[in-house]
Amino acid sequence: MISDKQVESWIAVLLRSGVLLAAAVVLAGGVLYLAHHGSVRPDYHTFRGEPAEMREPGLIVREAFSGRPAAIIQLGLLLLILTPVARVAFSVAAFAVERDRMYVGMTLVVLTVLLYSLLAG
Amino acid sequence: MAFARDWCNLCCAAGRVSFGLGAGPRLAAESYDWPLTTMDTTVFTGILFVGSVVAGFLGALTGLGGGVVVVPLLTLAMGVNMHYAIGASLVSVIATSSGAAAAYVREGFSNIRIGMFLEIATTLGALLGAYLATRLPTSTIGIVFGIVLIFSAYFSSREPKAADAGQSIDPLAHKLKLEGSYPTGQGEESYRARRVPLGFGMMFGAGTLSGLLGIGSGALKVLAMDQAMALPFKVSTTTSNFMIGVTAAASAGIYLSRGFLDPVLAMPVMLGVLAGSLLGAKVLVRAKSRSIRIVFSLVVVALAIEMIYNSIKGRL
Repeated sequence: MISDKQVESWIAVLLRSGVLLAAAVVLAGGVLYLAHHGSVRPDYHTFRGEPAEMREPGLIVREAFSGRPAAIIQLGLLLLILTPVARVAFSVAAFAVERDRMYVGMTLVVLTVLLYSLLAG
Repeated sequence: MAFARDWCNLCCAAGRVSFGLGAGPRLAAESYDWPLTTMDTTVFTGILFVGSVVAGFLGALTGLGGGVVVVPLLTLAMGVNMHYAIGASLVSVIATSSGAAAAYVREGFSNIRIGMFLEIATTLGALLGAYLATRLPTSTIGIVFGIVLIFSAYFSSREPKAADAGQSIDPLAHKLKLEGSYPTGQGEESYRARRVPLGFGMMFGAGTLSGLLGIGSGALKVLAMDQAMALPFKVSTTTSNFMIGVTAAASAGIYLSRGFLDPVLAMPVMLGVLAGSLLGAKVLVRAKSRSIRIVFSLVVVALAIEMIYNSIKGRL
Protein backbone atom coordinates (compact mmCIF):
# COMPACT_ATOMS: atom_id res chain seq x y z
CA MET A 1 0.00 0.00 0.00
CA ILE A 2 1.29 3.42 -0.91
CA SER A 3 0.89 6.13 1.72
CA ASP A 4 -0.30 9.65 0.99
CA LYS A 5 3.07 10.88 2.27
CA GLN A 6 4.91 8.88 -0.37
CA VAL A 7 2.63 10.11 -3.13
CA GLU A 8 3.21 13.69 -1.98
CA SER A 9 6.98 13.33 -2.04
CA TRP A 10 6.87 11.87 -5.56
CA ILE A 11 4.71 14.80 -6.62
CA ALA A 12 7.26 17.18 -5.12
CA VAL A 13 10.10 15.55 -7.07
CA LEU A 14 8.01 15.69 -10.26
CA LEU A 15 7.22 19.39 -9.79
CA ARG A 16 10.76 20.36 -8.92
CA SER A 17 12.26 18.46 -11.89
CA GLY A 18 9.70 20.01 -14.24
CA VAL A 19 10.46 23.53 -13.09
CA LEU A 20 14.23 23.03 -13.20
CA LEU A 21 14.07 21.56 -16.71
CA ALA A 22 11.78 24.37 -17.90
CA ALA A 23 14.00 27.04 -16.34
CA ALA A 24 17.11 25.53 -17.96
CA VAL A 25 15.49 25.50 -21.41
CA VAL A 26 14.18 29.08 -20.97
CA LEU A 27 17.62 30.25 -19.85
CA ALA A 28 19.37 28.55 -22.79
CA GLY A 29 16.90 30.06 -25.26
CA GLY A 30 17.22 33.46 -23.59
CA VAL A 31 21.01 33.52 -23.79
CA LEU A 32 20.84 32.52 -27.47
CA TYR A 33 18.18 35.14 -28.13
CA LEU A 34 20.16 37.96 -26.53
CA ALA A 35 23.30 36.89 -28.39
CA HIS A 36 21.47 37.15 -31.71
CA HIS A 37 18.88 39.87 -31.14
CA GLY A 38 20.08 41.66 -28.00
CA SER A 39 20.34 45.03 -29.71
CA VAL A 40 16.77 45.04 -31.05
CA ARG A 41 14.55 47.72 -29.49
CA PRO A 42 11.65 46.00 -27.72
CA ASP A 43 8.11 47.33 -28.05
CA TYR A 44 5.45 45.86 -25.82
CA HIS A 45 3.27 48.92 -25.48
CA THR A 46 0.72 47.78 -28.05
CA PHE A 47 -0.73 44.31 -27.92
CA ARG A 48 -0.35 42.56 -31.26
CA GLY A 49 -0.45 38.95 -30.14
CA GLU A 50 2.18 36.37 -30.85
CA PRO A 51 2.56 34.78 -34.31
CA ALA A 52 1.17 31.27 -34.86
CA GLU A 53 4.56 29.57 -34.40
CA MET A 54 4.68 30.96 -30.83
CA ARG A 55 1.10 29.96 -30.03
CA GLU A 56 0.64 26.36 -31.18
CA PRO A 57 2.45 23.61 -29.24
CA GLY A 58 3.26 21.58 -32.38
CA LEU A 59 4.78 24.55 -34.18
CA ILE A 60 6.68 25.67 -31.06
CA VAL A 61 8.38 22.27 -30.81
CA ARG A 62 9.23 22.25 -34.54
CA GLU A 63 10.68 25.77 -34.48
CA ALA A 64 12.60 25.10 -31.26
CA PHE A 65 14.28 22.03 -32.72
CA SER A 66 15.24 24.03 -35.79
CA GLY A 67 17.20 26.23 -33.39
CA ARG A 68 15.14 29.43 -33.29
CA PRO A 69 16.00 31.07 -29.91
CA ALA A 70 12.54 32.57 -29.22
CA ALA A 71 10.95 29.19 -29.87
CA ILE A 72 13.40 27.52 -27.47
CA ILE A 73 12.23 29.92 -24.73
CA GLN A 74 8.63 29.19 -25.68
CA LEU A 75 9.34 25.44 -25.47
CA GLY A 76 10.61 26.01 -21.93
CA LEU A 77 7.40 27.86 -21.07
CA LEU A 78 5.40 24.99 -22.58
CA LEU A 79 7.32 22.51 -20.37
CA LEU A 80 6.53 24.74 -17.39
CA ILE A 81 2.79 24.74 -18.19
CA LEU A 82 2.90 20.96 -18.64
CA THR A 83 4.46 20.44 -15.19
CA PRO A 84 1.21 20.92 -13.18
CA VAL A 85 -0.62 18.94 -15.89
CA ALA A 86 1.80 16.05 -15.34
CA ARG A 87 1.23 16.35 -11.60
CA VAL A 88 -2.54 15.98 -12.07
CA ALA A 89 -2.07 13.03 -14.46
CA PHE A 90 0.18 11.39 -11.87
CA SER A 91 -2.49 11.95 -9.21
CA VAL A 92 -5.05 10.08 -11.34
CA ALA A 93 -2.74 7.06 -11.26
CA ALA A 94 -2.02 7.45 -7.55
CA PHE A 95 -5.72 7.57 -6.63
CA ALA A 96 -6.36 4.59 -8.93
CA VAL A 97 -3.73 2.55 -7.07
CA GLU A 98 -5.43 3.52 -3.79
CA ARG A 99 -8.73 2.38 -5.36
CA ASP A 100 -10.29 5.73 -4.54
CA ARG A 101 -12.79 5.89 -7.40
CA MET A 102 -14.36 9.15 -6.31
CA TYR A 103 -11.01 10.94 -6.41
CA VAL A 104 -9.99 9.30 -9.67
CA GLY A 105 -13.16 10.85 -11.10
CA MET A 106 -12.53 14.28 -9.61
CA THR A 107 -8.91 14.30 -10.77
CA LEU A 108 -9.99 13.31 -14.28
CA VAL A 109 -12.30 16.34 -14.33
CA VAL A 110 -9.38 18.62 -13.45
CA LEU A 111 -7.17 16.92 -16.05
CA THR A 112 -9.87 17.39 -18.70
CA VAL A 113 -10.13 21.10 -17.95
CA LEU A 114 -6.34 21.48 -18.22
CA LEU A 115 -6.13 19.56 -21.51
CA TYR A 116 -9.09 21.47 -22.92
CA SER A 117 -7.33 24.76 -22.16
CA LEU A 118 -4.09 23.58 -23.71
CA LEU A 119 -5.47 21.86 -26.81
CA ALA A 120 -8.81 23.47 -27.58
CA GLY A 121 -8.81 26.77 -25.67
CA MET B 1 4.32 64.44 -28.22
CA ALA B 2 1.21 63.52 -26.25
CA PHE B 3 2.86 60.19 -25.78
CA ALA B 4 5.92 61.77 -24.18
CA ARG B 5 3.82 63.98 -21.94
CA ASP B 6 1.75 61.03 -20.78
CA TRP B 7 4.86 59.10 -20.03
CA CYS B 8 6.24 62.00 -18.03
CA ASN B 9 3.10 62.06 -15.90
CA LEU B 10 3.45 58.35 -15.46
CA CYS B 11 7.05 58.80 -14.34
CA CYS B 12 6.01 61.26 -11.66
CA ALA B 13 3.30 58.86 -10.61
CA ALA B 14 5.65 55.90 -10.56
CA GLY B 15 8.26 57.99 -8.77
CA ARG B 16 5.93 58.62 -5.87
CA VAL B 17 5.78 54.93 -5.11
CA SER B 18 9.32 54.24 -6.21
CA PHE B 19 11.00 51.41 -4.37
CA GLY B 20 14.17 51.01 -6.33
CA LEU B 21 12.66 49.70 -9.54
CA GLY B 22 12.58 53.10 -11.16
CA ALA B 23 15.45 52.69 -13.61
CA GLY B 24 13.06 52.66 -16.55
CA PRO B 25 11.22 55.87 -15.71
CA ARG B 26 14.41 57.78 -14.84
CA LEU B 27 16.00 56.83 -18.10
CA ALA B 28 12.89 58.03 -19.86
CA ALA B 29 12.64 61.28 -17.94
CA GLU B 30 16.11 62.28 -19.07
CA SER B 31 15.40 61.70 -22.73
CA TYR B 32 11.70 62.60 -22.64
CA ASP B 33 10.96 59.61 -24.72
CA TRP B 34 9.19 56.31 -24.40
CA PRO B 35 11.63 54.11 -22.46
CA LEU B 36 11.21 51.09 -24.66
CA THR B 37 12.57 53.00 -27.64
CA THR B 38 15.66 54.15 -25.72
CA MET B 39 16.93 50.79 -24.52
CA ASP B 40 17.73 47.60 -26.34
CA THR B 41 16.45 44.15 -25.47
CA THR B 42 19.52 43.24 -23.41
CA VAL B 43 19.15 46.24 -21.08
CA PHE B 44 15.36 45.79 -20.95
CA THR B 45 15.81 42.11 -20.04
CA GLY B 46 18.37 42.95 -17.37
CA ILE B 47 16.12 45.52 -15.70
CA LEU B 48 13.17 43.15 -15.82
CA PHE B 49 15.24 40.33 -14.33
CA VAL B 50 16.39 42.44 -11.37
CA GLY B 51 12.87 43.81 -10.82
CA SER B 52 11.44 40.29 -10.97
CA VAL B 53 13.94 38.96 -8.42
CA VAL B 54 12.84 41.72 -6.03
CA ALA B 55 9.16 41.02 -6.78
CA GLY B 56 9.58 37.28 -6.18
CA PHE B 57 11.56 37.89 -2.99
CA LEU B 58 8.96 40.26 -1.52
CA GLY B 59 6.13 38.06 -2.75
CA ALA B 60 7.50 35.03 -0.91
CA LEU B 61 8.33 37.03 2.22
CA THR B 62 4.82 38.40 2.53
CA GLY B 63 2.88 35.48 1.14
CA LEU B 64 1.28 37.65 -1.53
CA GLY B 65 3.14 36.01 -4.43
CA GLY B 66 5.29 37.60 -7.12
CA GLY B 67 2.46 38.38 -9.55
CA VAL B 68 1.04 41.24 -7.53
CA VAL B 69 4.26 43.21 -7.97
CA VAL B 70 5.26 41.97 -11.42
CA VAL B 71 2.15 43.22 -13.21
CA PRO B 72 2.42 46.80 -11.85
CA LEU B 73 6.18 46.74 -12.53
CA LEU B 74 5.61 45.79 -16.16
CA THR B 75 2.63 48.04 -16.86
CA LEU B 76 3.32 51.14 -14.74
CA ALA B 77 7.12 51.30 -14.78
CA MET B 78 8.02 49.59 -18.07
CA GLY B 79 5.07 50.58 -20.24
CA VAL B 80 4.23 46.97 -21.18
CA ASN B 81 0.73 46.23 -22.46
CA MET B 82 -1.56 44.64 -19.86
CA HIS B 83 -2.10 41.45 -21.88
CA TYR B 84 1.63 40.73 -22.22
CA ALA B 85 2.13 41.65 -18.56
CA ILE B 86 -0.46 39.21 -17.17
CA GLY B 87 0.91 36.53 -19.52
CA ALA B 88 4.46 36.89 -18.19
CA SER B 89 3.18 37.09 -14.62
CA LEU B 90 1.07 33.93 -14.90
CA VAL B 91 4.06 31.96 -16.15
CA SER B 92 6.08 33.10 -13.14
CA VAL B 93 3.20 32.05 -10.86
CA ILE B 94 3.37 28.46 -12.17
CA ALA B 95 7.14 28.39 -11.66
CA THR B 96 6.94 29.72 -8.09
CA SER B 97 4.15 27.40 -6.99
CA SER B 98 5.76 24.28 -8.42
CA GLY B 99 9.24 25.26 -7.25
CA ALA B 100 8.14 25.79 -3.66
CA ALA B 101 6.02 22.63 -3.44
CA ALA B 102 8.89 20.37 -2.46
CA ALA B 103 9.60 22.39 0.67
CA TYR B 104 5.94 22.38 1.72
CA VAL B 105 5.46 18.66 1.19
CA ARG B 106 8.31 17.91 3.55
CA GLU B 107 6.45 19.71 6.35
CA GLY B 108 3.44 17.41 5.92
CA PHE B 109 0.72 20.07 6.10
CA SER B 110 -0.80 20.09 2.63
CA ASN B 111 -3.87 17.95 1.94
CA ILE B 112 -3.92 16.54 -1.61
CA ARG B 113 -7.59 15.47 -1.52
CA ILE B 114 -8.88 18.82 -0.37
CA GLY B 115 -6.58 20.44 -2.93
CA MET B 116 -7.77 18.26 -5.81
CA PHE B 117 -11.47 18.68 -4.93
CA LEU B 118 -11.12 22.46 -4.82
CA GLU B 119 -9.04 22.49 -8.03
CA ILE B 120 -12.22 21.52 -9.89
CA ALA B 121 -13.55 24.94 -8.88
CA THR B 122 -10.34 26.90 -9.42
CA THR B 123 -9.56 25.46 -12.87
CA LEU B 124 -13.10 26.06 -14.14
CA GLY B 125 -12.90 29.58 -12.72
CA ALA B 126 -9.50 30.03 -14.38
CA LEU B 127 -10.97 29.13 -17.78
CA LEU B 128 -13.68 31.76 -17.29
CA GLY B 129 -11.12 34.32 -16.11
CA ALA B 130 -8.81 33.72 -19.06
CA TYR B 131 -11.69 34.10 -21.52
CA LEU B 132 -12.70 37.33 -19.78
CA ALA B 133 -9.09 38.56 -20.06
CA THR B 134 -9.24 38.10 -23.83
CA ARG B 135 -12.46 40.12 -24.10
CA LEU B 136 -12.38 42.85 -21.46
CA PRO B 137 -10.64 46.18 -22.17
CA THR B 138 -7.25 46.55 -20.45
CA SER B 139 -8.54 49.47 -18.37
CA THR B 140 -11.19 47.23 -16.80
CA ILE B 141 -8.57 44.59 -16.04
CA GLY B 142 -6.41 47.31 -14.47
CA ILE B 143 -9.20 48.52 -12.19
CA VAL B 144 -10.09 45.00 -11.04
CA PHE B 145 -6.39 44.36 -10.47
CA GLY B 146 -6.12 47.42 -8.24
CA ILE B 147 -9.13 46.44 -6.15
CA VAL B 148 -7.87 42.87 -5.73
CA LEU B 149 -4.43 44.21 -4.72
CA ILE B 150 -5.95 46.27 -1.92
CA PHE B 151 -7.95 43.32 -0.57
CA SER B 152 -4.93 41.01 -0.81
CA ALA B 153 -2.75 43.46 1.08
CA TYR B 154 -5.39 43.79 3.79
CA PHE B 155 -5.91 40.06 4.26
CA SER B 156 -2.24 39.17 4.24
CA SER B 157 -1.28 41.83 6.76
CA ARG B 158 -3.79 40.76 9.40
CA GLU B 159 -2.77 38.22 12.03
CA PRO B 160 -3.96 34.71 11.21
CA LYS B 161 -6.82 33.99 13.58
CA ALA B 162 -8.73 30.78 14.07
CA ALA B 163 -12.00 30.62 12.18
CA ASP B 164 -15.33 30.45 13.93
CA ALA B 165 -15.27 26.89 15.29
CA GLY B 166 -18.92 27.04 16.24
CA GLN B 167 -19.89 26.07 12.71
CA SER B 168 -21.41 22.62 12.55
CA ILE B 169 -19.61 19.88 10.65
CA ASP B 170 -20.68 19.70 7.01
CA PRO B 171 -21.86 16.15 6.14
CA LEU B 172 -20.54 16.79 2.61
CA ALA B 173 -17.02 17.04 4.05
CA HIS B 174 -17.25 13.46 5.34
CA LYS B 175 -18.69 12.14 2.08
CA LEU B 176 -15.94 13.86 0.05
CA LYS B 177 -13.19 12.90 2.54
CA LEU B 178 -12.26 16.54 3.14
CA GLU B 179 -10.47 15.74 6.36
CA GLY B 180 -7.05 14.86 7.63
CA SER B 181 -4.51 15.43 10.37
CA TYR B 182 -1.42 17.56 10.71
CA PRO B 183 1.57 17.65 13.04
CA THR B 184 1.47 20.09 15.97
CA GLY B 185 3.57 20.50 19.10
CA GLN B 186 1.12 18.19 20.92
CA GLY B 187 1.17 15.46 18.26
CA GLU B 188 -1.14 14.88 15.30
CA GLU B 189 -4.30 16.95 15.29
CA SER B 190 -7.22 15.97 13.07
CA TYR B 191 -9.51 18.37 11.25
CA ARG B 192 -12.52 18.29 8.93
CA ALA B 193 -13.80 20.91 6.49
CA ARG B 194 -16.91 22.96 7.21
CA ARG B 195 -19.12 25.03 4.86
CA VAL B 196 -17.95 23.09 1.79
CA PRO B 197 -20.24 24.81 -0.79
CA LEU B 198 -19.12 28.27 0.36
CA GLY B 199 -15.46 27.28 0.14
CA PHE B 200 -16.00 25.73 -3.30
CA GLY B 201 -17.74 28.88 -4.54
CA MET B 202 -14.97 31.14 -3.23
CA MET B 203 -12.43 28.92 -4.96
CA PHE B 204 -14.26 29.39 -8.26
CA GLY B 205 -13.93 33.15 -7.70
CA ALA B 206 -10.24 32.78 -6.84
CA GLY B 207 -9.69 30.85 -10.07
CA THR B 208 -11.52 33.49 -12.10
CA LEU B 209 -9.37 36.28 -10.67
CA SER B 210 -6.23 34.21 -11.27
CA GLY B 211 -7.12 33.75 -14.94
CA LEU B 212 -8.25 37.34 -15.41
CA LEU B 213 -5.28 39.01 -13.72
CA GLY B 214 -2.40 36.56 -14.20
CA ILE B 215 -1.85 36.18 -10.45
CA GLY B 216 -1.93 33.18 -8.11
CA SER B 217 -4.73 34.69 -5.95
CA GLY B 218 -3.26 32.83 -2.98
CA ALA B 219 -4.78 35.29 -0.50
CA LEU B 220 -8.33 34.44 -1.59
CA LYS B 221 -7.56 30.72 -1.70
CA VAL B 222 -6.28 30.82 1.87
CA LEU B 223 -9.32 32.84 2.92
CA ALA B 224 -11.65 30.22 1.42
CA MET B 225 -9.92 27.41 3.28
CA ASP B 226 -9.08 28.85 6.66
CA GLN B 227 -12.05 31.17 7.14
CA ALA B 228 -14.90 29.64 5.09
CA MET B 229 -13.98 25.97 5.51
CA ALA B 230 -12.36 26.44 8.95
CA LEU B 231 -9.26 24.42 8.03
CA PRO B 232 -6.06 24.95 10.06
CA PHE B 233 -4.05 27.94 8.83
CA LYS B 234 -0.93 25.93 7.98
CA VAL B 235 -2.98 23.38 6.04
CA SER B 236 -4.67 26.23 4.17
CA THR B 237 -1.51 28.06 3.13
CA THR B 238 0.41 24.98 1.99
CA THR B 239 -2.57 23.45 0.15
CA SER B 240 -3.19 26.84 -1.48
CA ASN B 241 0.39 26.90 -2.76
CA PHE B 242 -0.10 23.42 -4.17
CA MET B 243 -3.26 24.52 -5.99
CA ILE B 244 -1.86 27.74 -7.47
CA GLY B 245 0.22 26.03 -10.16
CA VAL B 246 -2.63 23.85 -11.41
CA THR B 247 -5.03 26.79 -11.41
CA ALA B 248 -2.58 28.92 -13.37
CA ALA B 249 -1.93 26.11 -15.87
CA ALA B 250 -5.66 26.10 -16.69
CA SER B 251 -5.52 29.69 -17.91
CA ALA B 252 -2.00 29.43 -19.36
CA GLY B 253 -3.23 27.24 -22.24
CA ILE B 254 -5.69 29.93 -23.27
CA TYR B 255 -3.09 32.68 -22.80
CA LEU B 256 -0.72 30.72 -25.05
CA SER B 257 -3.24 30.17 -27.85
CA ARG B 258 -4.32 33.84 -27.74
CA GLY B 259 -0.74 35.09 -28.03
CA PHE B 260 -0.41 36.60 -24.50
CA LEU B 261 2.83 34.71 -23.82
CA ASP B 262 5.76 36.58 -25.30
CA PRO B 263 8.92 34.47 -24.89
CA VAL B 264 11.36 37.38 -24.69
CA LEU B 265 9.31 39.20 -22.06
CA ALA B 266 8.43 36.08 -20.05
CA MET B 267 12.03 34.83 -19.90
CA PRO B 268 13.51 37.33 -17.38
CA VAL B 269 10.23 37.53 -15.45
CA MET B 270 9.91 33.77 -14.96
CA LEU B 271 13.59 33.25 -14.07
CA GLY B 272 13.70 36.34 -11.85
CA VAL B 273 10.55 35.66 -9.87
CA LEU B 274 11.54 32.01 -9.41
CA ALA B 275 15.01 32.94 -8.11
CA GLY B 276 13.61 35.70 -5.89
CA SER B 277 10.91 33.54 -4.38
CA LEU B 278 13.25 30.64 -3.60
CA LEU B 279 15.54 33.16 -1.92
CA GLY B 280 12.61 34.70 -0.05
CA ALA B 281 11.43 31.30 1.16
CA LYS B 282 14.89 30.64 2.64
CA VAL B 283 14.94 33.99 4.45
CA LEU B 284 11.37 33.49 5.64
CA VAL B 285 12.38 30.41 7.61
CA ARG B 286 14.89 32.45 9.59
CA ALA B 287 13.14 35.77 10.05
CA LYS B 288 9.40 36.29 10.27
CA SER B 289 9.18 40.03 10.30
CA ARG B 290 5.80 41.61 10.73
CA SER B 291 7.14 45.07 9.91
CA ILE B 292 8.25 43.90 6.45
CA ARG B 293 4.73 42.65 5.83
CA ILE B 294 3.21 45.99 6.80
CA VAL B 295 5.65 48.05 4.74
CA PHE B 296 5.11 45.79 1.74
CA SER B 297 1.35 45.96 2.17
CA LEU B 298 1.53 49.76 2.06
CA VAL B 299 3.62 49.61 -1.12
CA VAL B 300 1.08 47.24 -2.64
CA VAL B 301 -1.78 49.59 -1.76
CA ALA B 302 0.11 52.49 -3.36
CA LEU B 303 0.64 50.40 -6.51
CA ALA B 304 -3.04 49.50 -6.48
CA ILE B 305 -4.07 53.16 -6.41
CA GLU B 306 -1.66 53.88 -9.29
CA MET B 307 -3.17 51.03 -11.29
CA ILE B 308 -6.72 52.22 -10.73
CA TYR B 309 -5.82 55.86 -11.45
CA ASN B 310 -3.99 55.03 -14.68
CA SER B 311 -6.76 52.69 -15.78
CA ILE B 312 -9.39 55.37 -15.32
CA LYS B 313 -7.19 57.80 -17.26
CA GLY B 314 -7.01 55.21 -20.04
CA ARG B 315 -3.23 54.84 -19.89
CA LEU B 316 -3.02 51.10 -19.32
